[in-house]
Amino acid sequence: MSGEWGAYGVTVRFGRTTALDDVTLEVPAGQVTALVGGDGAGKTTLLRTLVGVVPPDSGTISVPALRDIGFMPTASGVWRDLSVDENVDFVAAAYGLRGAELRGRRAELLEAAGLAGVGDRLAGQLSGGMRQKLAFSLAMLHRPTLLVLDEPSTGVDPVSRVDLWRLIARAAADGAAVAMATTYLDEAERAAAVLVLDEGRTLAYGPPEKVTAQAPGTVTVSVAREAARLQGAADRDSRLAGGEANHGGVSVAREAARLQGAADRDSRLAGGEANHGSPTTAAPVDRGYSWRRGHEFHTWHPGPPGPGERPLEPDMEDAVIAAALADRAARAGGGARTGEDREDIADAGPTGRDPNSDNGAVRAEAAGSEGRNA
Amino acid sequence: MSTPDAPLVEVEGATRRFGSFTAVDNVSMRVERGEIVGLLGANGAGKTTLIKMVLGLIAPTGGTLRLFGREPSRQTRRQLGYVAQGLGLYADLTVRENLAFVAEAFGRPRPSELPGPLRGTEDRLVGEIGWGLQRQLAFVAALGHGPKLLVLDEPTSGVDPLARARLWDTVHEQADSGTGVLVTTHYMQEAQQCDRLVLMSRGRQVAAGTEKDIIGPTTAVEVRTDAWARAFDALIDAGLPATLAGRHVRVADTALPRVGEALERAGLRAEVRQVPATLEERMTSIDRAA
Repeated sequence: MSGEWGAYGVTVRFGRTTALDDVTLEVPAGQVTALVGGDGAGKTTLLRTLVGVVPPDSGTISVPALRDIGFMPTASGVWRDLSVDENVDFVAAAYGLRGAELRGRRAELLEAAGLAGVGDRLAGQLSGGMRQKLAFSLAMLHRPTLLVLDEPSTGVDPVSRVDLWRLIARAAADGAAVAMATTYLDEAERAAAVLVLDEGRTLAYGPPEKVTAQAPGTVTVSVAREAARLQGAADRDSRLAGGEANHGGVSVAREAARLQGAADRDSRLAGGEANHGSPTTAAPVDRGYSWRRGHEFHTWHPGPPGPGERPLEPDMEDAVIAAALADRAARAGGGARTGEDREDIADAGPTGRDPNSDNGAVRAEAAGSEGRNA
Repeated sequence: MSTPDAPLVEVEGATRRFGSFTAVDNVSMRVERGEIVGLLGANGAGKTTLIKMVLGLIAPTGGTLRLFGREPSRQTRRQLGYVAQGLGLYADLTVRENLAFVAEAFGRPRPSELPGPLRGTEDRLVGEIGWGLQRQLAFVAALGHGPKLLVLDEPTSGVDPLARARLWDTVHEQADSGTGVLVTTHYMQEAQQCDRLVLMSRGRQVAAGTEKDIIGPTTAVEVRTDAWARAFDALIDAGLPATLAGRHVRVADTALPRVGEALERAGLRAEVRQVPATLEERMTSIDRAA
């Protein structure tokens, strides 16, 4: 037994693409460790190094023997044409589980998963949430000490997700080391530690409170309500003035907003100085570094806030966006930038990678492993 | 012509039956100009059926549903932008061909220039540009004809946090310029981007309002202890709905003393306090009660 499962300084290349670049993830026993990132960030590749199907080009993988690892792949990992009981039987056979031990384990897991009584239903006929709970139960059947879950909650509704998360937490409470990938921060926030990946690189890593405390730069807040109020007034005016004041199907107010948007973009291109003296919107000066949270604009500053700017304590979402923006700024060369560069930084979106690379490779493999490699 | 002051979407007592099954049961809701309305619910709650009625794909079997003040029709469809969960793009056509196809369907000129991240992808097959870019393309396609109403079904699944923020920036920009938005989501982080929420369960509307309205005065119990795992097990074994939150445990829908008793019986000492419920906790308890 060791509590120090994990991947240490791991680099994985697929051809000329670096899918993981010197990534470290500890997966201690008795806690849930979350991996966050978008499609193609490297989450699946990292999990696959832990279960031994992707050998790293460099770095160390520390995991228990394969028979002590439980794996739940993205594509749910159940056989849809088999009944719930047959799914359990099939995995049990692979691990040599039988007799009273199997009966006990089956009853215990299906009961906890809310699947008791549906043993003869085809897995393909279960709801998405139930199917994921079955897949989780299959991964847990042989009491693994390391549990590797690839986006267990994707496509699961919020109510079933609460149940699924409870099963995952119970596994950790009972001593398993759990590594779980997710694309959602509100889920990652509940883990004991979070690794944020972007294009195979580490954006942030640590307990959630450390990730938020160590967010780079400053995040400030301004309220969009003023903009909304003015816009609302303009809309009302135009309605009063002539029905909807429609000219060729476009209302005056909307057209004004559209033009304002275009003006903002132009001035950003011209030098990053948007919105000076613009009364119709409270949008922050540099949209490339701002994002919306409901009625608020949050803005990231590489350094301390400017005069009159209201800093806030970033939550997980703010912290991760700040880390992504800081990373892009650093990669764009740092130092003084033109407006054009800023636009690139803003728009380079984490999706601007070679789709034939990590993403494609991993997807293909994931699709190939439909069902399970138990 | 649409009625200028009518809500963009006005659903009154809408019901939709499929044989003996009632998918949507007496739902009333509206979406006004410039408003982002989030539609939440468990699978089978009726969200998809309601969305299909708004899109004009199926008609209610009872009650009324009006779009821009009139019955859903091909005309109303032209004023509506829709991003489906599966995106609805043609994987074996190029980015340019996809947009041209949509533009022609709406009788609009083809877009001359693509927004930043999509620039340079014009001649690539959609199936090859990666999921994040496909999402952005689906937004461009849905917005090309300047819709009055935007319907988004799980709009950001599978994208990273920064790209998700950018997509929501686009949604807010649309709303700020007067477009109404109806969005379904499974994620509370996205629900918090909405002006109003409608919760559905088993076909019925079970709650509506702002996040604050819906949570109301409900509370949960937070348990802080060094031995979270033992506390979690003890609470679950006591039949309480415990969940893990970082290194703490939360218990929804349970009075403080019951949590204290369960911990005491297990011989555990912990700091226990009442805290405001989260939207997810509230939603789960509403759904369970429904």
